[in-house]
Amino acid sequence: MIAFFIKRLAQAIVVMFVISIISFSIQDNLGDPLREMVGQSVSEAERQQLRNELGLNDPFLVQYGRFVKNALQGDLGTSYFFKEPALDVILAKLPATLELVFGASLIIVFLSVPLGVYSAINPQSWFSKAVMGFSIIGISVPVFLTAIGLIYFFSIELGWMPSFGRGETQPMFWGWESGFFTWDGLAHLVLPCISLASIMLPLFIRLIRAEMMEVLQSEYVKFAWAKGLNPRRIYFLHALKNTMLPVITVGGVQIGTMVAYTILTETVFQWPGMGFLFLEAINRVDTPLIVAYLIVVGAIFVITNTIVDLVYGLVNPTVNLAGKK
Amino acid sequence: MKKSVSLLAGAVLSLGLMTGANAATLKMAYDADPVSLDPHEQLSGGTLQLSHMTFDPLVRWDRKLGFEPRLAEKWERIDNLTMRFHLRKGVKFHSGNTFTAKDVEFTFNRLRESADFKGIFAPFSELKVIDDYTIELKTAEPFPLILNNVTYLFPMDSKFYSGTDANGEPKDKLVKHGNSFASRQLSGTGPYTVSYRQQGVKVEFDRNSSYWDTQSPGNVDKIVLTPIKEAPTRVAALLSGDVDFIAPVPPTDHKRIESNKNVDLVTMGGTRIITFQMNQERVEAFKDARVRQAVAYAINQQGIVKKIMRGFATPAAQMSPWGYLGHNEALKPRYDLKKAKQLMKEAGYEKGFSITMMAPNNRYVNDEKIAQAVASMLAKINIKVDLKTLPKAQYWGEFDARAADMMMIGWHADTEDSNNFFEFLTACPDTETGLGQYNSGNYCNPEADKLMQQANTETSPKKRAQIMQKIEQMLYDDAAFIPLHWQNLAWAARKGVNIEPVVNVMDFPYLGDLVIEE
Repeated sequence: MIAFFIKRLAQAIVVMFVISIISFSIQDNLGDPLREMVGQSVSEAERQQLRNELGLNDPFLVQYGRFVKNALQGDLGTSYFFKEPALDVILAKLPATLELVFGASLIIVFLSVPLGVYSAINPQSWFSKAVMGFSIIGISVPVFLTAIGLIYFFSIELGWMPSFGRGETQPMFWGWESGFFTWDGLAHLVLPCISLASIMLPLFIRLIRAEMMEVLQSEYVKFAWAKGLNPRRIYFLHALKNTMLPVITVGGVQIGTMVAYTILTETVFQWPGMGFLFLEAINRVDTPLIVAYLIVVGAIFVITNTIVDLVYGLVNPTVNLAGKK
Repeated sequence: MKKSVSLLAGAVLSLGLMTGANAATLKMAYDADPVSLDPHEQLSGGTLQLSHMTFDPLVRWDRKLGFEPRLAEKWERIDNLTMRFHLRKGVKFHSGNTFTAKDVEFTFNRLRESADFKGIFAPFSELKVIDDYTIELKTAEPFPLILNNVTYLFPMDSKFYSGTDANGEPKDKLVKHGNSFASRQLSGTGPYTVSYRQQGVKVEFDRNSSYWDTQSPGNVDKIVLTPIKEAPTRVAALLSGDVDFIAPVPPTDHKRIESNKNVDLVTMGGTRIITFQMNQERVEAFKDARVRQAVAYAINQQGIVKKIMRGFATPAAQMSPWGYLGHNEALKPRYDLKKAKQLMKEAGYEKGFSITMMAPNNRYVNDEKIAQAVASMLAKINIKVDLKTLPKAQYWGEFDARAADMMMIGWHADTEDSNNFFEFLTACPDTETGLGQYNSGNYCNPEADKLMQQANTETSPKKRAQIMQKIEQMLYDDAAFIPLHWQNLAWAARKGVNIEPVVNVMDFPYLGDLVIEE
């Protein structure tokens, strides 16, 4: 276990290092941050002076060296727009994004498992066919279209749901403001969570259905039938457990991807989270914030994958984490 | 599930009713929130919108582009170089300090330190305090735009911004890219105080209870400004009743808003001109005025406005919009394909040539589509266009490098005066003086430049108008650049929110005077 962690940590450090180099080297191609900071009629000489003050005229290696030196002390630079340490800005927006991802995950878990299992057990029923049909639509409609459609029907036409933002939030601990504990906050979560879930949900329904159907064909399930076990026990204990193994692997990776998908969902719903922040940072050429975001998201990927590996070990004891033979 | 949905819906509805009862609250959504609370940090629409809510200028524009006294009650010219302003008495800042001439002097000096604003205040040589409520502005040369430029002078509370903050920095320090006292604290004389601000999420304003302008009909006690970046979401927020007032409104949604009985759309001809410049240094053919004229004849401004802008723009044949002194009524768009072809033939380019073109794709309304339309119009006179469009963040670097043969540029005159267009867009480029900074075509007409300098020191509006209209005529005849249209402006609000009287062509609504009907 400890050996596994050390190995993971070493891998993580290499990954973070590579991400930092890549993100740092693309920043010059994103545009000129000065353009976003000053008015249009400011002279070139004034701009050069500001550029010098910001250290943007230094050679790449000098800039990168300065960045690494500060980064090792936990300082990922100061956002041009927010005028605060980039890491603080991102961490302040992290709860909003995590709540969105969490809400969407709940929807996915509580819908995909029963629907997937049902359509595996009754592949010929009209309901299964409808579910499959819907999932095709869900997987092919881009998330921003889903989001705008939801806003149109539920906010404008029906007037049931708020159209943007997080609504009222409740202070929790460490400055975490949660939308899960007020009616208004929950109402604001519904549409963004559904649209974020809309991409992954069909994928998981199909995955669970396919895996389950395969498992149902296997020898030990046939044996269980022959033994005359209760169908419920066969389906939900014996078959489902083995179905979930690949689902967990895929799920772990997809949670990371979902953080990336929040960029679109958050933009449409004006959700004050990290994804929206990132898109805005690109528009404003807020390079310190862009670099910091990529590093934080990289870290989230590494962490979720580590957790997935651990959970996998729990579900399937034959997996040996330390890699011992 | 069903039950919880209806429960949620009920909760949302009751919330809507609760806020609906308090009608003097305005919930509004712009596409962005102000970058900083420091009014001198960045010269941008967002900053000016904020300034007009929380500060007052000495004078402000009225709807007919005339001047309305604000913190200056009246003014008079003492001589060719001096203008005297009499300041309003009994005005208090948000902090409770009394407004005097000292605050004007303090603000004036700070403006001259600001990278963004110093250009506007460069013509002034001195601000002299005569007594507590009288000041004199002096210029080195006779200067016609004194009043235009003091619309940018929003007196700041000199006592409030004096001393040092918790970090030991002076409170009045002007920092462009860092945390400063002035970027987070604000004390002005304006109709609203900032009561809460979470950057990028929302800003809340409370009515200044001791506001000096008791004549103002404004009855809004509280404003909640939420930035909503995505236009469809902004429109949805208005239509669903989540906000009361939005700007800007994308042209694609005008019909939908107009057909809705619960909301009003207000549009206005704008002052931002969209143009293309033809680079004479890169393309030999563009040195020939006949070729430039051919391009001008080949472009169908009306068509672009109708098809691409959906009528939400005014076709242009010059830079000065209606209402500016330099606006020349005689100049009309001159689309004539036959004439264009003939001119190309006369210039010896019947077979045409190839050029490169660049335009931004997220800066102006429909910028990318406009560029595509222009490219296809030029194909008709055998000019083959290799078009590249870029996000604005990357575009400006290319523009500064003059990286293509034809480049798009839109411009709004900060001084609301025609000469500003000439100085930045068509004057002979000169890195020393900064003239022609955005003249990517390298068009240079010494005669026009001479007139431009003349207009700079001519204080008689009538004579200035003549001079500047002459310049427009010269640029038109010479086809110095290709004017396309002035972008219109649009705002939309819930019925009962009377935005019509408070919005203006500069796009900084005077929200202090906004009336919401019960």
